[in-house]
Amino acid sequence: MIKIVNLYKSFGQNKVLQGVDLTIERGETLVIIGQSGSGKSVLVKHLIGIIKPDRGNIFVDGVEIVNLKEDELHKIRGKFGMLFQGAALFDSMTVAQNVSFGLERYTDYLPGKIQEVVEESLAKVGLKGVENLMPHELSGGMKKRVGLARAIAYWPEIILYDEPSTGIDPIRADAIINLIDRMKKELKVTSVIITHDMTSSYKVADRIAMLYGGKIIEIGTPEEIKRSENQVIQQFIHGQAEGPIENW
Amino acid sequence: MINQSRYSLLFSFFQELGEVGSLVGKTLRNIFRKPWEKNIFIQQLEEVGVRSLPVVSLTAAFGGLVFGLQTYIGFHRFIGHGSEAYGGPIISLGLSKEIIPILVGLMISGRVGSAIAAEIGTMKITEQIDALYSLGADPNRYLVAPRTLACFIMLPCLTLYGDIIGIAAGYFYNVVLMGVNHFIYFENTLLYLEIWDVITGLIKAAFFGIIIAIVGCWQGLKAEGGAEGVGKATTRTVVIASISIIILNFLLSKALPGTLSG
Repeated sequence: MIKIVNLYKSFGQNKVLQGVDLTIERGETLVIIGQSGSGKSVLVKHLIGIIKPDRGNIFVDGVEIVNLKEDELHKIRGKFGMLFQGAALFDSMTVAQNVSFGLERYTDYLPGKIQEVVEESLAKVGLKGVENLMPHELSGGMKKRVGLARAIAYWPEIILYDEPSTGIDPIRADAIINLIDRMKKELKVTSVIITHDMTSSYKVADRIAMLYGGKIIEIGTPEEIKRSENQVIQQFIHGQAEGPIENW
Repeated sequence: MINQSRYSLLFSFFQELGEVGSLVGKTLRNIFRKPWEKNIFIQQLEEVGVRSLPVVSLTAAFGGLVFGLQTYIGFHRFIGHGSEAYGGPIISLGLSKEIIPILVGLMISGRVGSAIAAEIGTMKITEQIDALYSLGADPNRYLVAPRTLACFIMLPCLTLYGDIIGIAAGYFYNVVLMGVNHFIYFENTLLYLEIWDVITGLIKAAFFGIIIAIVGCWQGLKAEGGAEGVGKATTRTVVIASISIIILNFLLSKALPGTLSG
């Protein structure tokens, strides 16, 4: 279980998070929605200690991670896999080296087993025969899928997805959402998904949380979110230019 | 108002000094701690050392030629014809103690320092540094420590190589081109040049190597704001490293003993 308590984070004068409280249950799929620049990625990066908060606490399976030393944080990070918004593949490495990177650090697998797992992980995201390609030889969508294969390769307990369906054609996007759903059902993986794609959100989410003004303003099941009386949520989920959310 | 801006400048200066100090401390700790990133280290040895050989060869050769030329003119003008052969030790001493370490330091800060800043800066803005964290690799251990160790080892090697090329070029200009007496030139060089003179240059080069790697990594890790940010990090690296090398060279020349033979 992940518990975020009263989390604050500013970058200079820009107050990004202003008291976020959120609990993510084991095995659940939580979708975080919100405008671009509302701090969704910043919030998620706090969970693996990439960003330190100005104030507040984060507990992962009961362990308070904000003040952990780097070595202790390493153990916690092994529980997480993360798909980055732009895939963040290491561009000096081949696809296979990218996917095996976490396996080499978080498991004791021998090289033969690593190669096997790399192929399996790539097959799961619909990629075959790309092991020796460099990231610059891949399309945007393929990069994203390699990023996903890298995130799931070492069977993390919690997977963080930063806009998993952005930049991919609708069919592939749906396949990725199905994969996220399958991982949840088969492996009881906890998933935290950042997205603007409401169709995918309704399909995969157990709960949806909306981040607005640096806080979680509402959290509930997809049905509850659809029925919300909050005008901010209604404006966002229906993608309307007019409403309480400022456009610019 | 002026006081406030002075305080904020002073504050940011000490803040940056603190950042560099913390980076150096963490890097030194990681250099001595297992597991080492051996593959990255070997790659960096090649990148910093082997691939810098052409630029060091050219710089050292022309540095040696021009220093040989000016020494020849100096002896000829101030002491007289025939005295040029006594320039051998001056050329060798000046090259190995000051000119080659400085030239190598400046060339490598331009070639390697800027490349380090650009590579790490690009990794920073494309979230590859964040990906390293998430995949269990400490960016300092994975990126900074191998580069710093490689520069610390390769700069003295390149300097020694540059010394040989530069001294040979000085000899070539004086003896081969200008017809200076080979025996006097050679014997005087062997008589007055101490091994310590060469070692002094190598010690300086090792410090320059640390400066180049640390400044490149520091600026790369600080990069933000897209391509423009990476460009600024690269430029700052070359400027900061070059100025630091020139200042540190003077301080080390002053601090290190001129000779060990009393």
